[in-house]
Order: sequence, then structure tokens, then C-alpha cells
Amino acid sequence: MTDKPDEKPDEKAAGKAQDESDDKTDANESARPAEERNLEKAKSETGTGSGVEQPAPEQSPENLPAPTGEVRAVGERHGMFGVSGTGDTSGYGGLVSATVFPAPSQKPYGGWFDEVAGALEARLEATELTSAIESVVVHRGEITFHVRREDLPFVAQMLRDDEALRFEFCSGVSGVHYPEDTGRELHAVYHLTSMTHNRRIRLEVTAPDSDPHVPSLVSIYPTLDWHERETYDMFGLIFDGHPALTRVLMPDDWPGHPQRKDYPLGGIPVEYKGGSIPPPDQRRSYN
Amino acid sequence: MTTEQDFYAAPGETSQGRVFTVTGQDWDSITQSIGESAEERVVVNMGPQHPSTHGVLRLILELEGETVTEARCGIGYLHTGIEKNMEYRSWVQGTTFCTRMDYLSPFYNEATYVLGVERLLDIEDDIPEKAQVMRVLLMELNRMSSHLVAIATGGMEIGALTVMTIGFRERELVLDLFELITGLRMNHAFIRPGGVAQDLPPGALDEIRDFITLMKKRLPEYAALCNANPIFKGRLEGVGHLDLAGCIALGLTGPVLRSTGYAWDLRKTQPYCGYEDYDFEVQTWDTADSYGRFRIRLNEMWESLRIVEQCADRLAGLEGAPVMVGDKKIAWPSQLAIGSDGMGNSLDHIRHIMGESMEALIHHFKLVTEGFRVPAGQAYVPIESPRGELGAHVVSDGGTRPFRAHFRDPSFTNLQATSVMSEGGMVADVIVAIASIDPVMGGVDR
Repeated sequence: MTDKPDEKPDEKAAGKAQDESDDKTDANESARPAEERNLEKAKSETGTGSGVEQPAPEQSPENLPAPTGEVRAVGERHGMFGVSGTGDTSGYGGLVSATVFPAPSQKPYGGWFDEVAGALEARLEATELTSAIESVVVHRGEITFHVRREDLPFVAQMLRDDEALRFEFCSGVSGVHYPEDTGRELHAVYHLTSMTHNRRIRLEVTAPDSDPHVPSLVSIYPTLDWHERETYDMFGLIFDGHPALTRVLMPDDWPGHPQRKDYPLGGIPVEYKGGSIPPPDQRRSYN
Repeated sequence: MTTEQDFYAAPGETSQGRVFTVTGQDWDSITQSIGESAEERVVVNMGPQHPSTHGVLRLILELEGETVTEARCGIGYLHTGIEKNMEYRSWVQGTTFCTRMDYLSPFYNEATYVLGVERLLDIEDDIPEKAQVMRVLLMELNRMSSHLVAIATGGMEIGALTVMTIGFRERELVLDLFELITGLRMNHAFIRPGGVAQDLPPGALDEIRDFITLMKKRLPEYAALCNANPIFKGRLEGVGHLDLAGCIALGLTGPVLRSTGYAWDLRKTQPYCGYEDYDFEVQTWDTADSYGRFRIRLNEMWESLRIVEQCADRLAGLEGAPVMVGDKKIAWPSQLAIGSDGMGNSLDHIRHIMGESMEALIHHFKLVTEGFRVPAGQAYVPIESPRGELGAHVVSDGGTRPFRAHFRDPSFTNLQATSVMSEGGMVADVIVAIASIDPVMGGVDR
């Protein structure tokens, strides 16, 4: 956190107000670079602040598997109010907290999760594709397999056809854009159901913004036809091998992909009785 | 009007061959000019504004005579960016947006989203019993109102206008109950993370019981009117056929899947909201056609009535029980009250926060403006909506707003079957096939 050179300007402004009050109490402190102190202050605030602290992912219940210890941190949350440049003098604008997603789990995963993971592993080993599954996350009673994207069609085919797995029903694909997850910004999330065994799993593949390609699964799950088109439409994820990857919800000539985080929400200020309320994405609000 | 030039083609688009523009009362001249050409193949653009396409759905039909050789759907005309908007509102405000997606089954949209949020909050086991029973009550009433519209509009589209009028007549009764319980007839935003927005109003149980009694008299009317009606059967039987393998491959769920004889109903297979405690049967049919789907919807209304009856009995014993989770960091602080002008502020609550307790005021302010934080992660809790598997993929980054909320809407998925259900059939059967899918365009386009 301390080696983050490009600190945002609003934090500096917020931190400056604190610096001035600090200088009176601790003269030695002022000898150190201001930026370093700001960050330390921010860190201590995240550690002790009550309402704003990011709670650690809960993995405590006894039947849940222990996390491996490595934490999947995706980006940081700065400040408290989401919007910069509103003249915040409270100091809360300097808060920095990491966005931590549930960490990969270790075996045993519990219940039928182990059967599915075991069957999947056994099949993958037989085909020497052992590294197709990057990690497995068990969180809140749901299991997620993170699949290497080039192996996705093979894994999906196996999940659908293998007798022990039989995930014959796909509920569709949902895109998620994590702009701060460098190198794997775009995620495609598939929900699969085994009607035979009455089980439900999730597959997740990632692609970088610079190479937004994921193999299409339409040949395995024909239902994904429109779902992949929607994800392409909304995120710009290109599903290689899709029979006709065109926009499905937005007009054909629409510029950009609206659900990406770098695509603005849009909107105009609303005026009412002399006051003006900015559009939702520019309002001062908590983040 | 027959021209060589397509006035509606975008600049740069080549228009080939002759273009027929139908403006009304010109059918004779159109058919005449078609008859002159040897080519029988016609591409008809049906919709998006058409009374028989079940909403703003555009159908692109390639016809050979009256036979459909290719059918394609054009959707997106009702896209409102609900999922994107939800990313800029708090977790509680999200219900206000998602309830507007599939406008015929608003409680299901709210429920699947709320169940996802509750799973991420890890409070699934803390939801009070009364809240769960009220959710089931409202969802089952909603299933009836939704199926009534499906049958009513489906009937209207094939010319059975009486089916439409009586369908909407009964739906009105359900909407009256919604209005009594939630204050609104549609777009309720009543199911909230942690429970429901407020308790049952006085007299609601009596109204529900009266409704059950009335519906037991009215539901047989549909059966008497349609079940053995030769015209109705002639239009529906064998139309829109899709077998089990086709349903699974194309991801179809709900009545379409059950019309193949497969009893897949998430209420039974993966129960949520305490559905395992209710006594009801999953309805199936074995013809895999539009008529079977109609009968399933009719039978499901009976089953819903059974569940509503059980809910009413359970609610009678739960008077005064909480309807919101006990955790004050999540529970919405105020209980709204119904005044003479509809649902609004509770005067008791306002007196409490403004006159009695500073802490309560602060707490109210924080929860209403900032909202609660949801631990990072993702959840998907699908439910059985009247149209099939409806699920919300809810992603949180630990903030006060959804990082991403994606809805897997059954209408969107089921509509993909339009081409396989209608290609090779008659134009008039396309309408029946689509009505049997019962897509709601608000849910398709979101």
C-alpha cells in the first residue's frame, strides 16, 4: 500500500487538513514525507474505524473448509463518499481499504462438493489437463471453479457428459467487470445445474481487457446463444466460435459496452424549485 | 404499396427486390402485386408494436405461402438498463429497480435478488418465519395473477376474447390484495433484504380467505370454457412442440419444461423460503405442446391456491410476530403505515426518532443514506417464477451497493425457442407458440 505512487488528488486534499493539525502535536512527524504519513494514517484508520472497516471474508462455521491463507484482493476502496471534489474536510476521504474476495478453499470442501471436484479432477488427470482448474472457492454454500479460459469448452463438455457430473443444464452466463483485477479484468460466470444429481455449481473464467476473448460454449449448451450475445453486448467479451455474435439488447450501432465499469451511467441533473440534483453517478454518496 | 425502394432502410443499406409497405386497407393491391411475381418467399416483419406479439417483441418471419420457413426474434426494445442502474443505488434500493423488470411477476424479481443478498450477508437462517410465510403468500398470489394474464392474453391473441375479459377480472382481485398488503398494485419493492417491508394490515387475512372462496368458484370457469373447447383445442394442440431434450438444451424451464412430463420445479427440488413445509403437487403434462402448457398453468393456479390457503392458516397463528430480521444494522428502521392516502410514513416512528431518541435518529439516517455493507463475494439463488428459473447473480465488493446484479430471466432464455417451436408451421401458430412461452418483455430486455 505504501508504494502506491499515484495517489488521487482528493485524498491529498483531505490528508492536508489532517497534516496541519498533526504538525502542532508532533513536530518530528513533519520531517517525514507527507504522503507516507497520509497513507499510514489511512491504514490505521482502516484498522480501527468501526463502521467503515471491510470485514474479513467469513469462513468461520465449522463445516466450511479452511482458506489457504492467500487472499484474493481486487483493488482498493478509497474514501467513504464515493465522489471526489465535494470539499470533504472530515478526513474520511483518506480512508483506504482493500477489496477482498473470498480466498480459494482447500480440500475437503464438504458434502457433495468433494464428489464433484474429485470426479472433475480424475477426468482431467486422465487427459493431462491438470491445470485447467485454477482454483476452487467455496463461499456461502456455493462452489466456484475458476477455469483456465482455453480449457473452458473441454471442462464444460466433461461436466455435461460425464456420468458422475451430468451438469446438463446451463442457466446462462453473466459478465462481471473488475477494472482493478489487472490482467483478468473481465470475468464470465456460468451457472450449471445437474438435474440428475440436483446440484448447482459455478464456473468462472477471466480475460484481460487487452484480449477480451473467451471460447464460446454454444455448441455444448445451445441456450448460451443469447446469453453470450448479451454478455458481448454489455461487456465486449468476444466469445470465439459463437455462430452469430451480434448485439442483442442494445441497438446494432451502439458505441461501447454499457455494463463495463468505465462506461458512465449517464443522466442529467434534475432541477426542482431552484435546487439541482446531479445524476446518480455524480451524487455525493457512500461507497 | 409496392415499390422498388425501401424507404425504411438505413442510409447505405442496400435494398434488393421489391418492397411491400402495408399501411392498411391495401391488402388487395398487395396480394395482387405479389401474385404477379413468381417468387413465393416473403419476409414479414411482425412487431415490435403488434397486438399479438405479447409485448414489444419483433418477429422476423420468412414465409413460403402461409408456412414459416424461418423465424427470428428482435428484442431489446424495452431495455432500460436496470442492472446498470442498480450498481448506483444501495442494496435496499435495488429492489425498487428489479421489481420493474418482469412486471407481471414483481415479487419473484424481488425475492431472487433479496435471497442472493441475504446469502451474501449470511442471514439466511435469521429471517423471521412470518416474513418467509408472507413472501410465499405474495409469490403464490403473484403466480396466479401472472398465469391469469398468460391465459388471458394468450386467449386474446387467438381471438378468445372472453378468456381475456375473465382473466383480467380475476387478476384484478389479486391486484386488490397486493394493494391492500403492500400499498401498490405493481412494482411493490415489498420484499426487502432481511424480511418484508411491513406487517400484514388488519383485515388482510379475511380478504385473502374471501378471495380463496371466490377463486374456487371462478377457476372452474376457465376449465369449462377452454379445456374441451374444440376451437381452443384445435388452435393449441400439437402447436409449439418442444421435447425434453430440446428444452434442456435451450435452457427452457417452467411450464414449457413441465409440459414434457418432467416434474422439475425449484420449489420442490431446491426449496427456498420454506417451500418444503407446504403441501402441493408439481403439475406436469405429457404432450409438450401449447395445450399442455395451458393446462399446467390452470392446474398450477389450483396448487397456488392451496399454498395460499396454508399461508393464511399459518399467518393466523403468527399475529404480531416480526417480519424483519432482528439485526438492526440491516433491518430497515421504520415500519411504514397505511394512511388515508396510501402507504407512507409511520407517525409513531417519526415521533420516536424526532422527539425521543437521538441515537435512533442517527441510526435511521445512517441506514437510509449509507445503507449496509454486504461482504464481498457472489451468490446465485434461483427461484421458480411463473415462467421458469429466475435467478439473480449478485456480486458484492464489500460496499454499500451491488457491484453487479445480473438477472437470468426465464422469458429471455425461453424466447430462444421461438424458432424451433414455429419453423415449419403456420403463421398463425407462431402466435400460439409464443403465447405458450409467455414471455414478458420487461423481463427479457431488463
